[in-house]
Amino acid sequence: MIMDGVTQIPDKTAKNEITPEMVAEHGLTTEEYERIVAALGRAPNITELGIYSVMWSEHCSYKSSKVHLKTLPTEAPWVICGPGENAGIIDIGDNQAIIFKMESHNHPSYIEPYQGAATGVGGILRDVFTMGARPIANMNALRFGAPDHPKTKHLVSGVVAGIGGYGNCVGVPTVGGETSFDASYNGNILVNAMTVGLADKDNIFYSAAAGIGNPVIYVGSKTGRDGIHGATMASAEFTEDSEAKRPTVQVGDPFTEKLLIEACLELMASDAIIAIQDMGAAGLTSSSVEMASKGGVGFDLDLDKVPQREEGMTPYEMCLSESQERMLMVLKPGREDFAKGIFEKWGLDFAIIGKITDTGRLTITWRGEIAGDMPIASLVDDAPVYERPFVAGVKQALLKAGDIPAPDDYGDALMKLIGGANLSSRRWVWEQYDHMVMADTVARPGGDAAVVRIHGSEKGLAMSTDCTPRYCLADAHEGGKQAVAETWRNITAVGAKPLAITDCLNFGNPEKPEIMGQFAEAVAGMGEACRALDYPVVSGNVSLYNETNGTAILPTPAIGGVGVMASIRRMATVPFKRYGDVIILIGESKGHLGASIYLQEVLGRKTPEELGAPPPVDLAAERRNGDFVRPLIEEGLVDTCHDLSDGGLIVALAEMAMASKAGGIGAEIDAGFISPSLAVPLHGILFGEDQGRYLIAVTEEIAADILRRAEAENVPAVQIGATGGDALVIRHEGTEAVKLSVSDMTSAHESWLPTYMSG
Amino acid sequence: MKSAVIVFPASNCDRDIAVALEKITGTKPHMVWHGDSDLPQVDFIALPGGFSYGDYLRSGAMAARSPIVAEVMRRASAGVSVFGICNGFQVLTEAGLLPGALMRNAGLKFICRDVKLRVENAGTRFTNAYAQDQIITLPVAHHDGNYFADEGTLKALEDNGQVVFRYVDENGEASETGNPNGSQHNIAGIINANGNVLGMMPHPERLIEAELGGSDGRALFDSVLNALESA
Repeated sequence: MIMDGVTQIPDKTAKNEITPEMVAEHGLTTEEYERIVAALGRAPNITELGIYSVMWSEHCSYKSSKVHLKTLPTEAPWVICGPGENAGIIDIGDNQAIIFKMESHNHPSYIEPYQGAATGVGGILRDVFTMGARPIANMNALRFGAPDHPKTKHLVSGVVAGIGGYGNCVGVPTVGGETSFDASYNGNILVNAMTVGLADKDNIFYSAAAGIGNPVIYVGSKTGRDGIHGATMASAEFTEDSEAKRPTVQVGDPFTEKLLIEACLELMASDAIIAIQDMGAAGLTSSSVEMASKGGVGFDLDLDKVPQREEGMTPYEMCLSESQERMLMVLKPGREDFAKGIFEKWGLDFAIIGKITDTGRLTITWRGEIAGDMPIASLVDDAPVYERPFVAGVKQALLKAGDIPAPDDYGDALMKLIGGANLSSRRWVWEQYDHMVMADTVARPGGDAAVVRIHGSEKGLAMSTDCTPRYCLADAHEGGKQAVAETWRNITAVGAKPLAITDCLNFGNPEKPEIMGQFAEAVAGMGEACRALDYPVVSGNVSLYNETNGTAILPTPAIGGVGVMASIRRMATVPFKRYGDVIILIGESKGHLGASIYLQEVLGRKTPEELGAPPPVDLAAERRNGDFVRPLIEEGLVDTCHDLSDGGLIVALAEMAMASKAGGIGAEIDAGFISPSLAVPLHGILFGEDQGRYLIAVTEEIAADILRRAEAENVPAVQIGATGGDALVIRHEGTEAVKLSVSDMTSAHESWLPTYMSG
Repeated sequence: MKSAVIVFPASNCDRDIAVALEKITGTKPHMVWHGDSDLPQVDFIALPGGFSYGDYLRSGAMAARSPIVAEVMRRASAGVSVFGICNGFQVLTEAGLLPGALMRNAGLKFICRDVKLRVENAGTRFTNAYAQDQIITLPVAHHDGNYFADEGTLKALEDNGQVVFRYVDENGEASETGNPNGSQHNIAGIINANGNVLGMMPHPERLIEAELGGSDGRALFDSVLNALESA
């Protein structure tokens, strides 16, 4: 219970009655409490109440989101395991599987940014290696409040240091992600961490417990009083006093995590493990309940056997502790000593804390007495499922580029975007992450998708995290589609085949019909994109109640996509590489400026009405264009490719020039490539955020070939200019509308974040 | 060439150096566990990057007192080549095999990026495949790489040619802009007076092939092979 900022731990001898106040403090409704009483056939004791409260919390039970999540496509021939396990699994051939998931750690990161973010990384790593994979890459998606909000700098600094502090020590490269700023996150930042691991397809581990009488083993760190009620905290809104919840934040120890990874993988190379599960949110409770539930068995746990960091812990505390770096497993009988030897070698605790029973109950003993006895099924299957009422979002009007003012100066507008909070270089962030450890990172942070080589092979694994929350606010359905499509496009732009996604659905309070409407529509849009692109959801996480004092964040369905390429030797990257390359734009440009970053940051528009409808995502065109670009890269024709997203054509061109080495390779473009009959003004051509588009730069000879192929395949492709010089030049109707030196753009692009953080 | 890589519990570049050694020398190194006190007979001992025992105390301080490092010290005094990268360099200074200390970066942040280095002494057994004053690119990835030593030590290092690698800027100058972590004299790597123990913060094992972004690290391992063949 959290009272007056102090975590009050109920007395173990509390045989006293459960009061309505205690029920409310555990985040349970009266109806939910009645269900508990019905399931037990009596009133719960305080330990049982605590266990039900975490198992039935939004965070653990998905009670508000389940009915919508069920509509997402989760299958494809290459999917080995979809949602429901610790992480999703896909087949990448050669008896190799990729295991991945993204998870939020929003609430703790706001309260204690370093530890919140660090333990977010630790938790998602465990979700992946618990299934038998060696983690090979970390990614993240971060959203902070307005740059001028007094807490933002402190939060950015703490979160980035926390992600680095944990990932760098465990030796898994953090290879990419995204970071953005918006005032809606002032009171609720988002820290979404993703881990991607590699396993042998025939050596994957699941969590279903089996074998009556088999031992239940606890390994890893000792249990302390940290993180009690973390899951409950993550299932409620914030108010002014949320910082008093600091005691609910866990403390990470990446050194122990590193030992745990190595020890578990060493044991997994044998045949000793029947089932294994990390202890994440709600710790020992949720891991044992999930393992027992999946296996259809019961668990007898003896809390006196649990390794403890502190003396005098109550059953309530031990069951609800979220101490980090702990795992629970079921071993084959007789293999205990063998397993113990491995954990001792790595200096980790190893304790047999119970056994599997046929009772179907979770029975907890403490000091020789029963401290809790609950039917497993009631903890999992009886958890309430809500079909919360929702209302459709207001669809914003479609804005015509011709009705939107042009900038006073096109060059100044570009500089404002690439040198501003949201499109400036993130180097300051990713240079704090070891993105090269494991020596397989072949496309480092800053590109469209990060690429790591599959160790010992030529295969490459591409990853991207994306979401455009301002699109989701304007139209959650199109925004959901766009988030999925953008990861697919980013993965395609490096030459990989996108295979599957994980998601992290960050929204406000689901009890409000308009928020539930955002959620339902975004999920429906995501599902539509996944189906059209053959790109299923294999794992994910939902984070609701991201509100402070009644103000919600922008709807943020962050997507993490994964794809594979046959050879990293044929991979495309963003930078221009040669002078005199022909630049080709693939995909259709209509000059869609609605909900664009141009409207927001150059024209200063703020309200949804002023920003208008986001660019529609034509999924058939998306797929056609991507399926055209990818083979060009696979065949070795294209080594320079960039997708168009925030800021449209001109920002993409600037990024390709700024990324080039040797002083910067510029480009000269003529904006006359859009048919005059469409009457698209220049600012629509340059800043429009039409979807499904790519820029490629190739030699003249290859360009002619590609344009012929595009015509034959009915793919819109047009030559718009060439690389050259040391400036970005845009010509329009015979005049020079933009001329900016690459070095001036680079210094604006690179300086915003370091200057902001040092200010 | 026979080599060994010392593996501490939280070493995390042990595989990377092992891969580089096998690729370049053709022979797999022995992976030696920190709890062991025996080392096989080898020509080359590598202390890899990582966080040894978590490094919650000074980086490398506990590792320097481990049983295996006592044996590494005996081999070093017998003339065997010992090479510490990043955390390995920190261990070597903590163990007293190399002078000075590696403090928290001047910017107080972890830093991971490619840096330019000048090869200050191409006459060592670790650098003979480089040209004298060659400018090379290697990545750094550390929180504690800020090299410090007293004036007398610095002077001796400089006078004896023991500064092997120095951070430089785009123009090849050992300037403040070229210095990623505040190291004195822009020192990135030093060798002991006997010329058989090298420690450096940058990671040569991470850039040994074009696919990873460069191959300037390769010559370091080639040098060790050359030295052994001509010995």
